[in-house]
Amino acid sequence: MEKQGELVTENAQPGEFRAQVARLGLSDEQLVEMYATMCTIRHFERMADQLYALGKVHGTMHLSAGQEAVAVGLGRALRQDDYFLNHHRGHGHFIAKGADIGRMMAEFLGKDTGYCRGRGGSMHIADVEANNLGANGIVGGGISLAVGAGLALQMRRLPQIVCVVFGDGAANEGIFHESLNMAGLWRLPVLFVCENNHYGMSMEISQAAAKLPIAIRADVYDMPGRFIDGNDVLLVYETMREAVEHVSSGKGPFLVEAETYRYFGHSKSDRNLYRTKDEIDDWKRRDPIIRFRNKLIEAGIISVERAQEIDLEASKTIDAAVAFAEASPEPEVSSLTEFVYA
Amino acid sequence: MPEMTYAEAIRSALREEMQRDERVFLFGEDLGRYGGAFGVTFGLLDEFGPERVKETPISEAAIIGAATGAALMGMRPVAEMMFMDFILLGMEQLVNQAAHMRFMFGGKATVPMVVRMPGGSGTGAAAQHSQSLESLLIHISGIKVVNPSTPYDAKGLLISSIRDPNPVCFVEHKLLYKVKGEVPEGEYTIPIGMADVKRTGRDITVVAANIMVPRALAAAEKLTREGIEVEVVDLRTLRPMDVETLTRSVRKTGRLLVVHEACQTGGWAGEVIASVASSPAFDYLDAPMRRLAGADVPIPYNRNLERAAVPQEADIEREIRALVHNQY
Repeated sequence: MEKQGELVTENAQPGEFRAQVARLGLSDEQLVEMYATMCTIRHFERMADQLYALGKVHGTMHLSAGQEAVAVGLGRALRQDDYFLNHHRGHGHFIAKGADIGRMMAEFLGKDTGYCRGRGGSMHIADVEANNLGANGIVGGGISLAVGAGLALQMRRLPQIVCVVFGDGAANEGIFHESLNMAGLWRLPVLFVCENNHYGMSMEISQAAAKLPIAIRADVYDMPGRFIDGNDVLLVYETMREAVEHVSSGKGPFLVEAETYRYFGHSKSDRNLYRTKDEIDDWKRRDPIIRFRNKLIEAGIISVERAQEIDLEASKTIDAAVAFAEASPEPEVSSLTEFVYA
Repeated sequence: MPEMTYAEAIRSALREEMQRDERVFLFGEDLGRYGGAFGVTFGLLDEFGPERVKETPISEAAIIGAATGAALMGMRPVAEMMFMDFILLGMEQLVNQAAHMRFMFGGKATVPMVVRMPGGSGTGAAAQHSQSLESLLIHISGIKVVNPSTPYDAKGLLISSIRDPNPVCFVEHKLLYKVKGEVPEGEYTIPIGMADVKRTGRDITVVAANIMVPRALAAAEKLTREGIEVEVVDLRTLRPMDVETLTRSVRKTGRLLVVHEACQTGGWAGEVIASVASSPAFDYLDAPMRRLAGADVPIPYNRNLERAAVPQEADIEREIRALVHNQY
């Protein structure tokens, strides 16, 4: 399977970018909003890292800086009421899906105003009422949940789809096989998105998977598969839109593998001993936010100054979220045993 | 009152709940034409069709995971593990997902699902198809564990389990499937978490569940000839455990024997004994509390070895006699 993207988009001229935008039917406002959301995600992750360095964070975190194009391209292709699940590195997806950033930050700081009232933390943000069925801390743990959610949608003849995002590491869990087989067998409305950032914790994907790309596995489960440059937000959007349309139309599941890269370590224990600074710098030259910003500027959609303003506004949004979270109360210790049973 | 078998009682509960609530569906391996490995779901495919008697590939982990996902979406899946042993393949989904989800998400998720699983030895199926793993399950916060001994209890408790908004592990016993008992016509339920005094007596309390209840009752019947009156408390639900009923019985009799098929080490008898030891009922004890459990071995194939691995009626009789006569 050939990877779609990268070379084509790197060499793309402003005219080609305009043609792509026209093909996708995206307005300038929508493009700017996508850029702004990518900036917001980057600032959220940077702030999370800073808060940890300041000793304000009790637990761990898995930061997605560098992967913003997947989150935003996917988030804009999904409909508001589609169901969503993801795994450890999920802050960006939730922000792109429209989550309240203050409540996310409050959960990160373990506050009672957080999405899970401080019970879940960074790894388990969920908003079931908004069809966000939650982040999973077990690698691949959400994949079978998505299959069950898809089965429920099919049985109830509902029009929405379920999307589950997992990493390259999850593709080697047994549950991946059981789940994609069931989804393919029953033509369930599930979009499987493998966010391949090259590393499980420290093991590079080529050391973990017998054959790459992961997207070729789609064929054995009788579903379409795509392997794309996940740092090109419009390519992600275009591919995800195709996938969403396929899944929504009753044709069954779809697997997209988006290749990207995380700048921060796996979690707070990571000392980056398994990769080089050169490698990280090389990926930073393909940064999804800078690439998209440059295209928007080259195409005359925003000015350099406006791009900077947007970035500053995103930063202020995160500052406000931190202020809300820090001012929020801790959960009452007396409430420890609540919520175990309904 | 009409009689039916334990298997028929379970089927009857499934049928009635599927008729009552269209969100209820069966989910597992070979449930349809085959009727399940023990014939429990036989005939339901014809009645409800393949969507609601949803046969799955042999994928236990995804069965539990997908049932969890469907429950999260408001469905009421009744998943089946063909043998209780196979829940070990689905433990990640049962424990990390189904059991923890509500708490982990701050009370905002509801997971109304049932996992039916036949446990127990006695069929010559050896170590991987005969286990009693309920003691593993009761350790997990967020799930309930039901372990009925009669057709009447099985039906009433299964209906309650299906209607319960939490994940419920419904542990059946293969040797009970053909046992008959009275089951009333018409709808009834038995609350989860309520024990039942199956036989009253003044001399000793025997706490049991599932297959050990009929064995304890048979032993008790024999001991009446020796003037020993045994009270048999059927826990029916292992988590939440009805500590109130069992301690009340111990206060009356002053003696306690706990009987289960599950292996002794880490078995739920320890939980029962600890409950009594840390309650005011402790002051009423006239003898040490004892447990009679499965041997700490995997279940063997050979008939004699298999019988010796788990408490039989004669073992229970002997233990009761020893305890009542202070010969411990």
